[in-house]
Amino acid sequence: MTVGIIVFPGSNCDRDCEYVFREVLQVSTRLIWHCETSLENVDVVVLPGGFSYGDYLRAGSLAKVSPIMNAIKRFAHAGGLVLGICNGFQILLESGLLPGAMLRNEKLTFICEDIYVRVENASLPFTRQCVPGQVLKLPIAHADGNYYTDPVTLSALKAKAQIVFRYCDAQGRLTAEANPNGSLDHIAGLCNAEGNVLGLMPHPERCAEEALHNTDGLFLLSSMLGTMRNEAMV
Amino acid sequence: MTSISQELLDQHGLSHDEYQRIVDRLGRAPTITELGMFSVMWSEHCSYKSSRIHLKRFPTEGARVLQGPGENAGAVDIGDGLAAVFKIESHNHPSFIEPFQGAATGVGGILRDIFTMGARPIALLNALRFGELHLPQNRHLLKQVVAGISWYGNCVGVPTVGGEIAVNDLYSRNPLVNVLCLGIVEKDRLLRGRAQGVGNPVLYIGAKTGRDGIHGATMASDSFDESADAKRPNVQVGDPFLEKLLLEVCLELLDHDLLVGIQDMGAAGLTSSSCEMASRAGTGIQLELDHVPCREPNMTAYDILLSESQERMLLVARTGEEHRVMEICHKWGIDAAVIGQVTDDGMLRVRHGGQTVAEIPATLLTDEAPRYERPCAPPGYQEMLQSLAIDNLPGVKDPSETLRSLLQSPTIASKRWVYRQYDHMVGIRTIVRPGSDAAVLRIHGTQKALAITTDGNGRYCLLNPYLGGMLAVAEAARNLVCSGAEPIGMTDCLNFGNPERPDVMWQFVLAIEGMAEACRALGIPVVSGNVSFYNETNGLSIPPTPILGMVGLIEPPRTAITQWFKHEGDLVILLGETEEDLGGTEYLKIVHHREQGQPPWLHLDREKALQACLLALIHDGVIRSAHDCSEGGLAVAIAESCITNPARPLGATIQLSKGRLRLDAVLFGETPSRVVLSVPTHEGNRVLECAAAHRVPAAVIGEVGGDRLTVKILDDTGQECASIDQSIESLLTTWSTALEAQLSDAL
Repeated sequence: MTVGIIVFPGSNCDRDCEYVFREVLQVSTRLIWHCETSLENVDVVVLPGGFSYGDYLRAGSLAKVSPIMNAIKRFAHAGGLVLGICNGFQILLESGLLPGAMLRNEKLTFICEDIYVRVENASLPFTRQCVPGQVLKLPIAHADGNYYTDPVTLSALKAKAQIVFRYCDAQGRLTAEANPNGSLDHIAGLCNAEGNVLGLMPHPERCAEEALHNTDGLFLLSSMLGTMRNEAMV
Repeated sequence: MTSISQELLDQHGLSHDEYQRIVDRLGRAPTITELGMFSVMWSEHCSYKSSRIHLKRFPTEGARVLQGPGENAGAVDIGDGLAAVFKIESHNHPSFIEPFQGAATGVGGILRDIFTMGARPIALLNALRFGELHLPQNRHLLKQVVAGISWYGNCVGVPTVGGEIAVNDLYSRNPLVNVLCLGIVEKDRLLRGRAQGVGNPVLYIGAKTGRDGIHGATMASDSFDESADAKRPNVQVGDPFLEKLLLEVCLELLDHDLLVGIQDMGAAGLTSSSCEMASRAGTGIQLELDHVPCREPNMTAYDILLSESQERMLLVARTGEEHRVMEICHKWGIDAAVIGQVTDDGMLRVRHGGQTVAEIPATLLTDEAPRYERPCAPPGYQEMLQSLAIDNLPGVKDPSETLRSLLQSPTIASKRWVYRQYDHMVGIRTIVRPGSDAAVLRIHGTQKALAITTDGNGRYCLLNPYLGGMLAVAEAARNLVCSGAEPIGMTDCLNFGNPERPDVMWQFVLAIEGMAEACRALGIPVVSGNVSFYNETNGLSIPPTPILGMVGLIEPPRTAITQWFKHEGDLVILLGETEEDLGGTEYLKIVHHREQGQPPWLHLDREKALQACLLALIHDGVIRSAHDCSEGGLAVAIAESCITNPARPLGATIQLSKGRLRLDAVLFGETPSRVVLSVPTHEGNRVLECAAAHRVPAAVIGEVGGDRLTVKILDDTGQECASIDQSIESLLTTWSTALEAQLSDAL
């Protein structure tokens, strides 16, 4: 199995993702330059964090027209697993693979710290190793993570259980203080209706090793790889 | 040819004698373009003309040193075929004029110094000094500087893992922004800024050249007055996205072994990068300015040579590899052009529009720049500063309240408001995050980690520059040792006032003497550094403020230690002995509003013994936490050990004997060479034995546990004479909210 990690100009978590998939999760990886047009022999696509195109214009808005995006759309429509982390999430929103948009953080500053999220949907390929309501401690690092969408879309997201992670406190309560960036309905991560494209603001690759004192990110990353391995066996 | 008037010389910051020297060496009058080149290269900022002879006192050699001062950055061997490359630099002047861009481009410059050595940057730190925060302009400067660092560093994707902040009125018109970068490279791939190989092509890559930042280096070599705001156009504007691309391009060019030399176009831009690369290699360079990518038409040779537009690099490639260099640049969308070649005549020859517009021996701009041994004399007020009639100072009435006031001092209070805005995790190397004595980064592919810290105490240096210099080195080393690291190298940023003033030179010379002596005693080589003079506005100088960056090696990474208490029931042990050291303390400033006296004396033999003892204990795995006593003294160190645990703050019950000392000296005095440890109960004796073997005083002073910090102080008859009793929750709230509260404009 091969994880394809897309490298846009300005991606800066690409190497971190590569390290975690290769060294920690022991799967093969391929860094895919944004000018490539095919995703041949790639089983999972990861859009890593960073500042693609310097976040100029709007976070993710220039990356959406990179040549590789067409291949990613085809890959996603064919049911392939696509994970967008932080800037990757913003790119998925901008490219229409996920609904909604990101606003500047409510307090306007960049925020880098550990936060808690509650797993709202544990039956996805990305969350199968979690239990519903499980609280994960994950780090965030962003300036534009204040998710917004219109009320109709929000109802649809809820109806189809597309809200995957919500910001919460250590006990899993959705308190206002536990929402770091003002995100609508505490949304930290969401998926498409089919459940094969996930975007989230926290960084699971930054908490996948004991050396970094937190392995909660593994619930997500190994769920995703476990799902792929199972499919490969069938 | 334009005749060179006195007014023109003044505008270029050149003295009459310096001009005469130029004429003598050239054998003719310089052109206006050449005058501009001399102006920037002979500026204090580029030439180190007042500091060079004194900097020689630093020990710069050691078994691990791969590259000492004189290159873009220093490098030390960390084993496994790897080198740690690091340097600290100031961006004080631009940050006062335009704090956001000034600080941001400071980060950009130091990053380029590291990746020009072939190293991938893995960490940034910053040491900041501002005026007191009750003044709105100082709050504005702090917020904008932090925002600028955050904007640039986060986008480039290099974690900002540590640093420090202190405030003092003397920094009000001259804030300090010092930024440090650490990188890692395979040591046989270390690259130097040398224009080697006659005939090799010289390439320009990166941003186009604009009219921004012209004479930035000259500005940084002058004092400010009321017209400082008018210098805003001298400040460059950064583009972190371009920097990130440039970083990846340079490392990719090195992967393919296409380069022989590389240098950032930093201060003094194309002029400094070309003449420095040529003079280091003993070669010359010919430049064709017509090929330089420019932002606007009709830029003069003067503009192009002196522009300090950011995110530009000068490369010397292997002959015949130009096209592969261009190809990699184009892949990343970076401008690249061949703009000249390496020559054998030692001249920097510049052509523009078919004319030769400058022709200067490269070394005349660099090594042969003037050097001054400027006069030194202690300031008239020094004796008054150092005098402090301790006996006339009232003692502490309510130690709990004093502790709370100290925890709110911006120097001591939690910096979470600041580092929360910095991505301190990107790179997934940060195993100890900001908030402990030193940040620790693991090195992928090895069983090693590097600890890194910055330290400097302007108040100590103002009161006694020699001692202040020594104390800064000792504290930086102690911070590293407290995190489990062996110190292996140092970089320094020497922030001082106007060197033409004898009192400033006196401070400078003594501070270097003190630092050098401590470095020699502790066996720490200085591998890189930077001098920032003229931190002066309207004749008022900053306190002499050497800031040190120090790097230490931890093997294996799991032996890294943090400063906070971890387990209920652990013993609290104090290594080192408390003396009556109140001069120059944070306590004296916060409580008595005095910045006076002699700073605490540093006994280098004691410091050395303490550090050896602590490293031995950490290697034996008997220590759970170690925290250095610095600003605020023992009481603050104990309180911080309680409240800084990010997962679970823990209380402690402490008992101290006052002996013949004053109560305030016991609690808040700043005797150096002291460390607060916590160890499992059964290891207590082992720690005391190890301390005895190293001749380090040590005493069990209490126990970790509960949700309160109680400190009982006994007098020499064994009676309790004072106490601190505070809930951990309230201490934590006080400490963690203080900085944000003081930065609030709603006050």
